[in-house]
Formats: sequence, structure tokens, C-alpha cells
Amino acid sequence: MSAVTTRSSAASPENVPPVPDRVGLSVTVRNGLQLTWRSIVKLRTNPEEVLGLMLQPIMFVTLFVFVFGQAMMGDWQTYRDFLMPGIIAQSVIFATMGTGFTLSQDVEKGIFDRFRSLPIARSAPLIGAVLGDLVRYAITVVMVLLVGLAIGFRPDGGAVGVVVAGALILVFAFALCWMSAFVGMLARTPMAVQSFAMILLFPLTFGSSAFVAPDDMPGWLAPIAANNPVTHVVDAMRGLMLGGDVTGPVTWTLVWAFAITAVFFPLAVWAYRRRT
Amino acid sequence: MTDAIRAEGLVKVFKGRRALDGVDLTARAGAVLGVLGPNGSGKTTTVRILATLLRPDGGRAFVDGFDVAEQPHEVRRRIGLTGQYAAVDAELTGTQNLVLIARLLGFDRARARSRAAELLERFGLSDAGGRAAKTYSGGMRRRLDLAASLVGRPSLLYLDEPTTGLDPHSRNELWDVVRDLVGDGVTVLLTTQYLEEADQLADDIMVLDHGRVISRGTPEELKNRAGDQVLELRTVDPSQLPLAVKIVETVTSAPVGDDGLRLGVPVGDAAVLPEVVRRLDEQGVAVGELSLRRPSLDEVFLALTGRTAEASPSDEETNEETRA
Repeated sequence: MSAVTTRSSAASPENVPPVPDRVGLSVTVRNGLQLTWRSIVKLRTNPEEVLGLMLQPIMFVTLFVFVFGQAMMGDWQTYRDFLMPGIIAQSVIFATMGTGFTLSQDVEKGIFDRFRSLPIARSAPLIGAVLGDLVRYAITVVMVLLVGLAIGFRPDGGAVGVVVAGALILVFAFALCWMSAFVGMLARTPMAVQSFAMILLFPLTFGSSAFVAPDDMPGWLAPIAANNPVTHVVDAMRGLMLGGDVTGPVTWTLVWAFAITAVFFPLAVWAYRRRT
Repeated sequence: MTDAIRAEGLVKVFKGRRALDGVDLTARAGAVLGVLGPNGSGKTTTVRILATLLRPDGGRAFVDGFDVAEQPHEVRRRIGLTGQYAAVDAELTGTQNLVLIARLLGFDRARARSRAAELLERFGLSDAGGRAAKTYSGGMRRRLDLAASLVGRPSLLYLDEPTTGLDPHSRNELWDVVRDLVGDGVTVLLTTQYLEEADQLADDIMVLDHGRVISRGTPEELKNRAGDQVLELRTVDPSQLPLAVKIVETVTSAPVGDDGLRLGVPVGDAAVLPEVVRRLDEQGVAVGELSLRRPSLDEVFLALTGRTAEASPSDEETNEETRA
């Protein structure tokens, strides 16, 4: 008896499709999309998470607008309009933390070992996680926007401005999620990812033009905030949604997104290969 | 006859510690190879190397003739892996878990669904197929995990401590499944800490300790070496124990261990029992308790190495290891 006959007796070929001899680009794309499906399906089977995605924007928008609005700008309506682009950006940027968190969880639970023992594209789990999260970010954008619309936010930029602003923050989030993936693959536990990401993301978002104009910040902080990449994204989104300068901040946003991706995509892939 | 797995001189070093220190291994096609050892002995590291998850620092390993380090894709086409912990996605339902893997392996939608249904049925999970795996019991999760590793009908299955933490009922169920698979012609590599499990399932056993193979053979041969059973004896008067030790040693001509209260000795043949009783009686030793039981892994180790098995403290590292 040889191993070959053993194999054919165990496998009934009519039931099992042949596994390709090598993993080419088309297989990589297919596997990546299949694992994207996985992370999207999880949203459906996890009502708690969807609820979180929905309730958090309601909470943040209402709290910021009604608690700080009057104190910041005299009346809450003016602050609402100033805040909306900022809070959309903040929500999505915080959501990028989830990418590293889930990746770390998959490693910890041995799910990546299962994937890696299969004859599939090695990068597919990483691609799937990132693409699936882009869907999650898009849901976040829509949710925050809906809450804003419900309390009277009527952007002058119209539908086109809003959609382009939404696309811009997704591009920026796509860049950031490689950073998140990198952290996720380096940290030993998902909890460590979370605490590290918080320390990183809080100053990044709050030290930007998202909630307060940098001009109103103390002298030492103002220049830092003004050059914070998040400030460029938020300014670009404000320009697109409310009117104002667009070209400058959009260019800066794309430059930053490219730079962050250029640094953290290779790092994330390196850490992923090292860990898995 | 081709060997399903052949490994020579496998070495793996984690942070200066030699997790594997020259392991040779052969698994006959269609048979069950049991890898027996305590925590930290290198079982998981061995499986991870053979499953292409880890590159060896030395030595070579071949699965169906393919080098695990050089031709991982070929190896992955042939293997199924079920780890120590159930590596299924807890958020997905049983069906979704299996469909996902089937789709990844290139099944079309309809065939993926039917393959998932077929496996759920086979593992008694049909009713639970629509529920998220996080609602499953430990035994159900292991069965789903095993089903997941069988989607692509591997000819070689790695089971890394498949029953650790399972209750006896679930454990027996899993054993039956493994026997079925072997009946289908699948080659199985099983790691376990339980001598009984290796005895129940394996055709060949190798015993690992500190990254080295310290013994190998059939379960019969191993038991002959380690004693089929253990005789345990307590004297009513502890001061008579040394005398009892001497008597038992003479009868069994095996090293007798004692802890000051009771003695224990591996016995190859239960027929020595009447002889032991007779001699003790002759010498006036009052026996408080006398029993025969199967040896524990510790006792096998004692018999094979002259010392007890100790779990290496750095066993955690097997999960933290990185790919060079």
C-alpha cells in the first residue's frame, strides 16, 4: 500500500475540487474576498457589535453637540456643523483599532493556524481582515452622518460633497488600518492592542481640528495640531461638506495616507509573516 | 511501502532552549502514530513543523515525499490540522465555518453547502449547524474543529491533543471518529499526554521528552517496557513498608518506588499478584490496600527514563513561537 493509494481511497475526487498547483494572483484575490465575507458575516451574526456601531455615534454626537456646543460657539447648531466632519473622522479613526484587535484575536485563538495549514494564499487572512473592516468603517460613516442629519445637520456641499468626504476618510482609514494591523501583529494579546491603540489614537484625534480649531489651542500645541494629519483630513472634509478650502487639505490628506501606507503596509506584512 | 511522514533530525530552538533536539519520526501510511509526552516535551512544535506552520532550525521533514520547508503548498494540499484549542471562528455558525473553508479550498457555493451539511451530519452537529460556534459545548467545538480539518478530505490528519480538557463521554466520541477516519484510510498523527489514548488509538507510539525521542514502538512493546499495569500496596503498619518493598522487588524483579506510605511497581503480568500476596502473608506483613491499575504517564516515564515526567515551564512558548 502506498501513500498515493491511501490518498485516493480517502478522497472521492468527484466531491473535492482540485487544489491549484500554485497560488496565483486570482486565487489570492478570491481567497481574500472569501475571508472578507467572513468578517462581514460576523457583523450579521453579532447584533451586539452592530448595536455598538449604531449607538456609539448617537452617544458621541449628542454628547459633544449638546454638552459642549453652547460653551464652544455660543449656540449648539453652529458647533454641530463644525463638529460633524470632525466626529465622523474621529469615529472612523477609532474604528481602525478594531483591525489590529481582531487580527490579534485570530492569532491568539489559533484561527490563523487553521488558515495557514490550508493550501490558500498566505496573505488572504490579512487582506480579508482589512477589506472587511473597510465595510465596517463605511457603516460608521453612514451612522454618524444619519445622527447628524437627525439633529438638523444640512451640509452645503450636498450629496456629492458628503460622499467625497466619506470616501476621503475611508482612504485615510485604509492607511491607518495597516498601522493597526502592525500593532495587532506585534502585541501579545488583543487587550494590549487596545490599550496601545488608545494611547496613540486619543492624542491623534483630539489634538487635531476635529473638535476645536487649532488657533484656539495654547501656543505650544497649536502648531502641532495644525500639522497633525488628522487635521488635514478633517479640514478637507469640512471643505467638502460645508464649503471652504479643499485642494490644499485634500492633497495633504492623500500625501499622508500614502506615506502612512508606504511605511506601515510593509511593516504589517512583515509582522504578519513573522507571527504567522 | 511509502511512509506518509518521514522526519530526520528535527531541531527547533526557542530563545536558546532546544524545544526539539534531533527528532526522527516515521508515520506509516494508513496507520496512527501516537506522539506521547508531557507538556513542553516538543509535541506541538513537532506538529507545527510537519503542518508547515513553523520552519525547523535543523533537520528535514517530508510529507508524502514533499519537503515541508521547501514545498509547503504541496504539503498543505494533503493535510488537515486540529489543534490543541478549537480553532474555529466562534462568531460564525457551524455551517458558516465549514462553508468558509470549503470555499477557500475552491468548492463552489452549492458543493460547499453540501459538504458542510455532510460533515455536520457525520459529527452529530446537524441541529447545531445554524448556531454560532461560541454557543457550542467543548466537545461540540472539538468535533466542529475536526470537521473543519476534514473539509478537503486530507489524506493525513494531525490531531494535537484532541481530547485535552474533554469529559470522558466526549473523549470516547472523538476516539470513535478517529477510528472511523483510519478505517477510511486516513493517516493520523496524534499527540497526547494520555497513555490510555495512545494505547487506544495508535498503531505506533513514540515518546517525547525534552525534545528528544526517548522510546518508540507499538503500544504492546511500550507496555512491556513500562509495565502493563501498576501494583500498588499499602501496609497497615508503615514500618513494615520497607520489608514489603523488598518482597515485591524479589517477586517482580522491577524497581519499586515508595512514598513512605505505599509502594508502586510496574508489573508485566498480573499473575505475580498471588505470589506477592502469599509471600507477604508468609512474612507476616499486614496488607491494608492492594490494587492493580494502568500506569500513568509519569510511571511510564519513570520506567523509561528513571525519573518522573516534568512539564517544562516554557511550554507557553510553543504558542508564541515566531517564524524565522
